[in-house]
Amino acid sequence: MSTAELVNHRPGRSYLLSAVAIVSSIVVFIIPFAFMVLTAVKDRQQAADLSFAWPHQFRFAQNFVEVVKARDYMLVIAYINSTILTVASVAGMVVLAAMAGFVLQRRKSRWNPFINFLVLSGLIIPPAVVPTIWVLQKLGLFRTMPGLILIEIAFGLSFCILLFRAFVATIPRELDEAAIIDGAGPLRLFFGVIFPLLKSVIVTVVVIQSVNVFNDFVNPLYFLPGDKNATVQLTLYNFSSQFSTQYNLLFMDILLITIPPLIMFLFFNRQIVAGMTSGAVKG
Amino acid sequence: MTVTSTTRPRAGSKASPAAAAAGGKAYTPYKFWFYLPTAVLYSVLFLVPTFASFYYSLTRWSLFESKFIGFENFVTFFQEPALVKGFTNTLIYGAVTSGAKVVLGLLLAVLLTSRIVGRGYLRSVVFFPVLVSTIGVGLMFQVMMNPERGIINGALGVIGIQGPGWLTDPKWALLSIAAVDVWKGVGLATLIYIAGIVSIPREYMEAARVDGAGSFETFRRIVLPLCKPATVTVIILSLIGGLRSFELIWAMTRGGPGFTSDVISSVIYKQYQAGFYGLSTAGNVILFLLVTAIILPLNLFLNRKEVDM
Repeated sequence: MSTAELVNHRPGRSYLLSAVAIVSSIVVFIIPFAFMVLTAVKDRQQAADLSFAWPHQFRFAQNFVEVVKARDYMLVIAYINSTILTVASVAGMVVLAAMAGFVLQRRKSRWNPFINFLVLSGLIIPPAVVPTIWVLQKLGLFRTMPGLILIEIAFGLSFCILLFRAFVATIPRELDEAAIIDGAGPLRLFFGVIFPLLKSVIVTVVVIQSVNVFNDFVNPLYFLPGDKNATVQLTLYNFSSQFSTQYNLLFMDILLITIPPLIMFLFFNRQIVAGMTSGAVKG
Repeated sequence: MTVTSTTRPRAGSKASPAAAAAGGKAYTPYKFWFYLPTAVLYSVLFLVPTFASFYYSLTRWSLFESKFIGFENFVTFFQEPALVKGFTNTLIYGAVTSGAKVVLGLLLAVLLTSRIVGRGYLRSVVFFPVLVSTIGVGLMFQVMMNPERGIINGALGVIGIQGPGWLTDPKWALLSIAAVDVWKGVGLATLIYIAGIVSIPREYMEAARVDGAGSFETFRRIVLPLCKPATVTVIILSLIGGLRSFELIWAMTRGGPGFTSDVISSVIYKQYQAGFYGLSTAGNVILFLLVTAIILPLNLFLNRKEVDM
């Protein structure tokens, strides 16, 4: 089927190669995750061995409750904060980037090279941390959730605009014309006609960026410090010093934080792959 | 209303770029104000801080007042051994991770596009770590890399190798973190290479085979050159990520032991925590210059060759 099999010249499957690949994948990729799950359900003493052993007793429920209860239900608060952050910033990214990507693809002007340059800079340039804090402070948004949401949107826009621009190029202009003939203004044209057609790329953007924002550690660390507003990644980091003798709880926390991306992966594998490889072929 | 709108967009679409660029008079449904929210956010939270960083890197700064001190911060940055170490470590880390991702990603992609059993499973398992929290992965490997009790040295001990203190030995710390970075990120490189390999027309392979090329020849003469765009993407993406890397290092060693695994990003954070905002911002400017100085020429160089092909 694929091209590379022709490289290998083999008419049938190579069972030896497959066996080697599967065994190494288990050693390299499955064992670390298995270790994580096993440690998460061990009791405290056995977890401290750090060994890859079957648990003496399964303490999934106790460990789970203990982690959730730790530091006044910090993890629950963190989950709520992370959910708010993820939903709000991804929604913002989708709407803003779709609008910008749409006009950027449709309207050819002499500003386009400059705008494209800015979009690429957003991907390459590392954000200047302290000056950003300074700007946020002037705006009264430092250490606030809205401030962090705006930051996530601003830093994530570039990637989204590139995806939207590429996808808008596949929508025939005749559709725009038909809508305009029917009397649609710019807003109706975009939100009534184009936006619904972007569905597949929107799913891609939503999935990829929500995993990114959910997993983000640096921006909350800098722009939303403090326990009150902690996100799940910050909580995990703080737990790592608090639970330094309770590896079962630490790994339970890691396990809980791994579940949302796992769900995304199981349901949206195809969209994630599509988004992450777009541009790979064209360069 | 209807008359104007029927004629104009059509004219716009036929003579498209020129007509729209001539702009002004012609009606266009593609309004510039669609950019407005994006432009405001991006300028205020990204462009302004970036430009401000150039000024504040030249000052002693407390967020409320700043005193201009010239290039003193930069001098400090390149004199203090701890900070110089961060600079060289950034280069090593970027080169090692991106090189390893290119090589391993390409090999894995060739393997995962060939007819082997369990291809879907292998693709998933290689890619999944990309989506897992970096902090989680870092803490997990920190435990597994424990020198006495960790399972990595335990496994090496079984086959008679005395494993080093991965994260506690200054010689190994940075490379161990780089290895975990590759473990986590190679799935993305593989994915990009798979997309590149799958897009190679089948006829090329057949033609090569008819001409009597072996598998290695086909790989070298067909797959490798035609995967060039994928290689460019992988190199650029992993370099950008590697040079800016912070989370994994912070989760695993916090730059230690000593400052032997510090990179520029962790120096920026440490100086920020210590209240040296000017010095921290100078670190940002150095990182900015380093990333652009590497990525821009590389991008031009790699893309120029692609056009020749």
